[in-house]
Amino acid sequence: MKRVNTARSDVDANVIEARGIRNQFGAQVVHEGLDMTVRRGEVLAVVGGSGTGKSVLLRTIIGLNRPAAGTVRLFGQDLHALLVGERVALARRIGVLFQQGALFSSLTVAENVALPLIEHARLPQAEAARLAALKIALAGLPPEAANKLPAELSGGMVKRAALARALALDPDILFLDEPTAGLDPIGAAAFDRLILTLRDALGLTVFLVTHDLDTLYTIADRIAVLANKRVLVNDTLAAVAATDDVWIREYFHGPRGRAAMAAAHPRVS
Amino acid sequence: MPAAMNASATIGNAELRRVEGMPWLCLSGQWTLAHYHGLAARVAGLRARGGDMADARLDFSALAALDTAGAELLCELIGVERLKSQLAEARLAPGQRELLEAVAAALTGPGAPPPKRYRFGDVLVHIGKAVVAFRDHAVALLGFVGLILEGLARTIWRPRRWRVTATVANLEYAGFDAVPIVALLTFLVGAVVAFLGATVLADFGATIYTVSLVSYSFLREFGVLLAAILVAGRTASAFAAQIGSMRVNEEVDAIRVLGLNPVELLVLPRVLAMMLALPILAFIAMASGIAGGIVVCALKLDIPPGMFLSVLANEIGPRHFLIGLGKAPVFAFLIAAIGCLEGFRVSGSAQSVGEHTTSAVVQSIFTVIVVDAIAALFCMEMGW
Repeated sequence: MKRVNTARSDVDANVIEARGIRNQFGAQVVHEGLDMTVRRGEVLAVVGGSGTGKSVLLRTIIGLNRPAAGTVRLFGQDLHALLVGERVALARRIGVLFQQGALFSSLTVAENVALPLIEHARLPQAEAARLAALKIALAGLPPEAANKLPAELSGGMVKRAALARALALDPDILFLDEPTAGLDPIGAAAFDRLILTLRDALGLTVFLVTHDLDTLYTIADRIAVLANKRVLVNDTLAAVAATDDVWIREYFHGPRGRAAMAAAHPRVS
Repeated sequence: MPAAMNASATIGNAELRRVEGMPWLCLSGQWTLAHYHGLAARVAGLRARGGDMADARLDFSALAALDTAGAELLCELIGVERLKSQLAEARLAPGQRELLEAVAAALTGPGAPPPKRYRFGDVLVHIGKAVVAFRDHAVALLGFVGLILEGLARTIWRPRRWRVTATVANLEYAGFDAVPIVALLTFLVGAVVAFLGATVLADFGATIYTVSLVSYSFLREFGVLLAAILVAGRTASAFAAQIGSMRVNEEVDAIRVLGLNPVELLVLPRVLAMMLALPILAFIAMASGIAGGIVVCALKLDIPPGMFLSVLANEIGPRHFLIGLGKAPVFAFLIAAIGCLEGFRVSGSAQSVGEHTTSAVVQSIFTVIVVDAIAALFCMEMGW
């Protein structure tokens, strides 16, 4: 499952470690004393009701949002204590798929993917284009898509193109914000499979924010449930589903939860 | 290959060896993105030698690190098909086999088509497209004017369907809120025109004609034109952005689905408000431009305000004032129509809102100046 890579010295099992996170906007406290960990090579899914700060947590962990208190450690390094240069080096080891894709609208898909290769890996144009074509193929896009502008792509293709850009620098951790939101069930299932394939092939650690129960059952190794401004439980699916909490019961044992569970594990139901 | 071996201890390498008469391709070091450029050169060098690699078996035992970039180069070095067939029996670290398989599978499909190249003829194509777009724009504007007039004709007989609140709200924004900036700017322009007149006319000893210069220019042209240009920049853009963001939110579609008429709901209140606001603003512009002239005349030319006003009353007939003011509703109609039309042309994205807002300002200023020039020629020919 994991890539053997002696270049990376940190063998620390927890690649992401958030301790005592507190986030607030004005008087509204989103997180208070939030702890969570993500282990190397796992797919961790963050779930929670609307407004529980799932995206804020993701933005905090990737450093776009500075918490009012608490520490975020990526690969054992304190994200907010790093110097600018170290932050940049760290940024090259994470890939982020934003909810709307966040592709640069003035660049073609191939240019979008090649941009980090040219800027960070300092590759010449031609080599960056070759690698970009590989990433585009890995993300499951047809080769014709490479020369299209983001505005010419369908929703599913935008997600795949954004995934190709997130994978450009061979990150260790992939952050996905609602990767299957807005996709039809077939496209969403295909995207779930793609994430799993890439996780196995590239040895990724995946941090996933989702509402999609099917995604949860298909690809998540562990689940973190956000509620009451903190991580209520951070464990395997079975353990989380068995937790005694009103929201969790509603979520996993409501009609949709049961349907998704039945689809994923026919033997359980 | 010894020279290459010495270059760096960590950079990846590939070497042909003979072990018990069998050719082996030994891969070593780091095949990663960090070394991509150097590795690519090595791969190209090895491939140029060709031949004796064809039946070599693969030895991955010294491979230190591999990522997708390195895997891509290995595929190029060995060939996708041959790599796939050899992977089964090769001894690899866990994870590397999956990586190589995924990359080889991704590289199996057809390559990307070459990007579009630009040629000289594209300039002509671009010009042609721009001309067609201009024509389409003009046709669309005429069509939209027709729609507005139709909507006006429909609702004018039914006071119940007048959108009084929306009209008044737009009147406040387009008219009342614009008064300070229109008054200030025209006052300053009036003063500047008076200065210019004074400087030129002083040589002929005809400084009293500064009064006529300021009055004529502001009553006939500058008052209404400056007010129209300011309103075009201020309000046409606002109309385009308001209706455009409603397009992005699909609010306009919702209006249609609810069986309502977006022209009646959104456009008529704005057009009517603008047609009321601009004449008032033009009047204010004329008054404050002339006030600027009065101040300069009083301070610099020793023409007291009383004398200025008596010249204004005696020499310059109300005709000029009426011509100037008569243009205001026409300008107002065009500005509001262009602003709203550009709003409706917005498609989907926030970027499109920005583009069409800019376009609304440029088009409405362009149209106002063109129509003003035509009106000036017409009035001149008619001897008005």
